[in-house]
Amino acid sequence: MHIAIASGKGGTGKTTLSVNLAARLNRTGLRVTLADCDVEEPNSHIFLSPEWTREEEAHAPVPRINQERCVGESCRICVRECRFKALAWMGEVMEFPELCHGCGLCMEACPAGAITEGSRVMGVLSHGTTGSADNPLHLVSGKLRIGEAMSPPLIRALLEEMQTAPYADGIVLRDCPPGTSCPVITSLEGADYTVLVTEPTPFGMHDLRLAVETLRLLGQPFGVVVNRDGMSAGMDNTALDDWLRDEDISVLARFPYSQAAASACAAGSLLIDALPETTGIYDALWQAIQGNMPRQQAGGAGNA
Amino acid sequence: MRELLVISGKGGTGKTTITAALAASGPAKVIADCDVDAADLHLIARPHQTVTTPFYSGQRAVFDKSQCIDCGLCQEKCRFNAIADGIRHRPELCEGCGLCAFICPAGAIRMEERLCGEWYCSDSRFGPMVHAALGIGEENSGKLVTTVRTESNKMAQEHGVEVILTDGPPGIGCPVIASLTNTDLALLVTEPTRSALHDLKRIAGLTRHFRVPAAVALNKADIHSGLADEVRAWCHTENIPLLAEFGWSDDCTKAQLLGQSLVEYRPDAWRPVFEDLWQKLLDLP
Repeated sequence: MHIAIASGKGGTGKTTLSVNLAARLNRTGLRVTLADCDVEEPNSHIFLSPEWTREEEAHAPVPRINQERCVGESCRICVRECRFKALAWMGEVMEFPELCHGCGLCMEACPAGAITEGSRVMGVLSHGTTGSADNPLHLVSGKLRIGEAMSPPLIRALLEEMQTAPYADGIVLRDCPPGTSCPVITSLEGADYTVLVTEPTPFGMHDLRLAVETLRLLGQPFGVVVNRDGMSAGMDNTALDDWLRDEDISVLARFPYSQAAASACAAGSLLIDALPETTGIYDALWQAIQGNMPRQQAGGAGNA
Repeated sequence: MRELLVISGKGGTGKTTITAALAASGPAKVIADCDVDAADLHLIARPHQTVTTPFYSGQRAVFDKSQCIDCGLCQEKCRFNAIADGIRHRPELCEGCGLCAFICPAGAIRMEERLCGEWYCSDSRFGPMVHAALGIGEENSGKLVTTVRTESNKMAQEHGVEVILTDGPPGIGCPVIASLTNTDLALLVTEPTRSALHDLKRIAGLTRHFRVPAAVALNKADIHSGLADEVRAWCHTENIPLLAEFGWSDDCTKAQLLGQSLVEYRPDAWRPVFEDLWQKLLDLP
């Protein structure tokens, strides 16, 4: 069962929620893996301090041209068909791997079989564990190479990794990147349920609307967690609460605004350790997620 | 002309709050919002749109089901899972590569130009503004960012102003790279948290990669004194000027609720702070 944790806006508390929920579920005896899909800025490991057990480079497919077999200027079908300008004719076919989306069209198109698949490094996937030896909490984290523009291929590689044991039959929490464009769409792909984290500020609400539109477009079930609820500073949640009610969106949990929580997070601590009284909210959140999930998936999880 | 970009790596550090306060102070400027994916600056700048332009980029596969012979080849070959259950197309996953159209033996698929969002030239309370909205789930945010930058440059020339102030997107990927290349200065907004420090190091790596000079503003400096010291020490070691520190203040939220910048919300307290930051930014070589 895959639960995505997303939000339109950055800084709403996605990672805080992901790491604490993962650790809490793990400590209650469930099999949990946290997939850090925010490969541009992965942060989950900071809170979980895992022992890294495995690290491997993740590669994206790119074309490799066999110039001997290439038919040459009279053909150029690969150059013509590539919509990403990753191939150019400069006396011979030249590759620009950083522009390549890895779609494989050039290989399909080449009449001479002159194009094979090479690869380039997108980043690394790291595997780590934390917690008890008999039921460790798994963390799988992607880290985009600095200067690499496209994160979706690395996110896809990470999620593919999640299809295999020991992750496949447990609970996978996906800590997603911010925004509503391709990295988020990729991270949400195939999730059984999504938790959208928001905060009751105009920026938070504006970006939550975009995130809700995204989930509706994808036709995937979701609910909302209100973080920093009733913020000090005379913060008023009425606008957010009214909107959520009008849109018929379930509020799964509310986390109160707390200076102590902010300090604990700043230091990289788990809230369930630093402020044990928050543990109950995570338990209630998990109940709410299960209660709100479409019956089929929730049932499936029980059988797994 | 000087292009100043405000970025942070991590979201939620206060990029837009600081950009809005800079927009409300300092020299005459054009402001641009390059966080096309989840733009927020307009909530404060309250632009009045004068020109709206649709943004087309790339293509999308369009299926003619009446021609489909159910061979399943498109689904098998698509590497982006954009085709499911035979020919049910999932446009949000389509990269527009055209492979399906190329291989379809029945000619049931064609490629169409893709509307990805729109961009706007506006008059805002802080001067001319260029901003954009990427369609939900659309890609090519890098190209839309580039469009916003090109237009803000044109606008600065038209208005004869020397400074462009840009609110950047989070992360280190395509939209950030598109915002960063060939800009004159990146102001990195950070906060004293483990996460933000981690992301600051990555974003600083990116600015170095693209040879863009960087400076740091430390926001919420008082929420963790030990980590604030770490940020200061890191800036010193890396030789990145630490231009400003702001304490945590509920003015940020209060101003946001009123749709104001900090400088407007409490001018006596904040205007001198941001005028000083502008001076330092403009004094950098």
